[in-house]
Amino acid sequence: MSALYERVQRWTVWPMLWKEFLQLRRDRLTFAMMTLLPAMQLLLFGYAVQTDVRRLPTVVVDESRSSESRALIRVLANTDNFTFVAALPDRASAKRWIERGAARVALVIPPEYQRNIRSGNTGVAQMLIDAADPQSSGAAISGAQLAAQARGAQLLASQYKIRPPVEIRVRPWYNPAQKSATFIVPGIVGILLTITMTLIASAAIVKERERGTLEQLIVTPIGRTSLMLGKLVPFVLVGYVQMTVVLALGVIFFDIPIMGSLVLLYALALVFIVASLGVGLLISTVARSQVQAMQLGYFFMLPNILLSGYIFPRAAMPEPAQWIGAALPLTWFLDILRGVLLKGVGMRDLWTQLGVLSALSFVLLVVSVRRFSKTLD
Amino acid sequence: MNDPERVVGPAVVQTRALRKVYGELVAVHGLDLEIARGEVFGLLGPNGSGKTTTIRMLCGLVVPTSGSANVAGLDVATNTEGVRRRIGYMSQRYGLYDELTVAENLRFYSSVYGLVGHDRERRLAAHVESLGLGSRLKQRAGTLSGGWKQRLALACATAHHPDLVFLDEPTAGVDPAARRTFWETIYQLAREGTTILVTTHYMDEAERCQRLAFLSRGHLIGLGTPAEIVKQFNANTIEDVFVMLQQRDEADEAVLSVARPS
Repeated sequence: MSALYERVQRWTVWPMLWKEFLQLRRDRLTFAMMTLLPAMQLLLFGYAVQTDVRRLPTVVVDESRSSESRALIRVLANTDNFTFVAALPDRASAKRWIERGAARVALVIPPEYQRNIRSGNTGVAQMLIDAADPQSSGAAISGAQLAAQARGAQLLASQYKIRPPVEIRVRPWYNPAQKSATFIVPGIVGILLTITMTLIASAAIVKERERGTLEQLIVTPIGRTSLMLGKLVPFVLVGYVQMTVVLALGVIFFDIPIMGSLVLLYALALVFIVASLGVGLLISTVARSQVQAMQLGYFFMLPNILLSGYIFPRAAMPEPAQWIGAALPLTWFLDILRGVLLKGVGMRDLWTQLGVLSALSFVLLVVSVRRFSKTLD
Repeated sequence: MNDPERVVGPAVVQTRALRKVYGELVAVHGLDLEIARGEVFGLLGPNGSGKTTTIRMLCGLVVPTSGSANVAGLDVATNTEGVRRRIGYMSQRYGLYDELTVAENLRFYSSVYGLVGHDRERRLAAHVESLGLGSRLKQRAGTLSGGWKQRLALACATAHHPDLVFLDEPTAGVDPAARRTFWETIYQLAREGTTILVTTHYMDEAERCQRLAFLSRGHLIGLGTPAEIVKQFNANTIEDVFVMLQQRDEADEAVLSVARPS
């Protein structure tokens, strides 16, 4: 018993941890950067990265000039997908507006529009869309279809007393307003954690190498595991501080709901933070300078942004891209973040994520410790 | 007394055909060396002669290509960590943490060597006293002058009372007064039974060593007391020997580069 106590007491991880925490406390600038920069990035990206397209600038060529044409314009305006910026006399000028980018959509209502409706035929209006950007043209198309259906149903009901025979009532759960911020901001929390955790861990050992202290550390009897753990643990704390700041801002500025248990989220975040730090430590054992470590870190960022499902849905990707995505810790943490925050999912549905992240952390740490050799060769 | 290979007491360092090759370059040709307990032993030679590589092999920082090294009674290759517990090492770059204070640097390094609790505090207090670091304990290491940094680095390398201390060019860039106090400390340590292995460029320092080994392009070319070395090379001072060797190296280099057209 006392032999065990002795061994624990003399374990070299304690002085290593003490030193690392002391350095972290002294290095206020780094600490501030690790928490304030992500906060600023969240605010910036949260507002900038919005995939829902609203209020497309639209011009109208109303050749019908009737109560029916005005009713159609009103219905379209109500969808919120269009903002009417000008009324133009002919198609040629509408084309010019679209060409110079002043309008994305042109609505053309022909002279016979009202006459056709009143005589029991179909009133046809035309919508010209600048479809270079599929996302905004998609918004225009769905807005047009929605408006036509709505107006059609109104007319059937008022003129012929006919009700539509079939209707599907859509209930968008978890994000009823269909705001992309609700989906993206939890993702930003994950991506910011990935970036800072990987970068600070990748600089950790390289920094000692550059300052000449690594050589000194290596000749001491300090163990490889102690060295790695000593580097790792203080950064876990930094990760939690950062996550808290970013999450709080997400709740305050983007109305991110917290449907599930925060305790569960924080507990599961541990394996993710350790996995991200593990990637950084692995980089640290390869890189010879801080610049190199930084470059490798950024190299790791790109697949995280593109393949993790942070913005682009993984279901739409070809299989090889999905496999790469499955190897990234962020992919699994996004499930946890969105699950707990937006859906209020409990532990019952997150065992897979926990399992994969634990396995990734374990492998990354073991490989890092193995790769780190206590020689200068 | 005339035998330069004489060893006083049991050997603390013992190498057999120790050799290190980096690609084409042979940094150290088979080196045979014995250093006795309590000796102040100097490793001399021009830049690139293999001094630092030798020291690094003895500390287990660099793995030898072939040959063996015994340090403090243990085989460096098979019991590297055991060797590390028994030695102290002070590199050219000192290896201090700038943002930690003098006391914190000392505390960190002594704890890493397994010193804990009251035992550590008692030893550190005595150590600080004997090295005269008391007035600087609360100062950040990064703000110390060269001489004080050197003294702190030595303190960190010796707080755990190692059998043997390696000093790799410890006084580079330090003023003469600081160098003198540094050497007084070295002798103090040697009197207490610590073996000192020091590399240096300064000839006055070389003359302070009890025995010297002269390295030239990885070969051991001279071994003995400073007086013996001077006699062996038919020179007046150690400095003359040094300059002579360096000139010979440069001449050889010139001949080699002519013989080996690139």
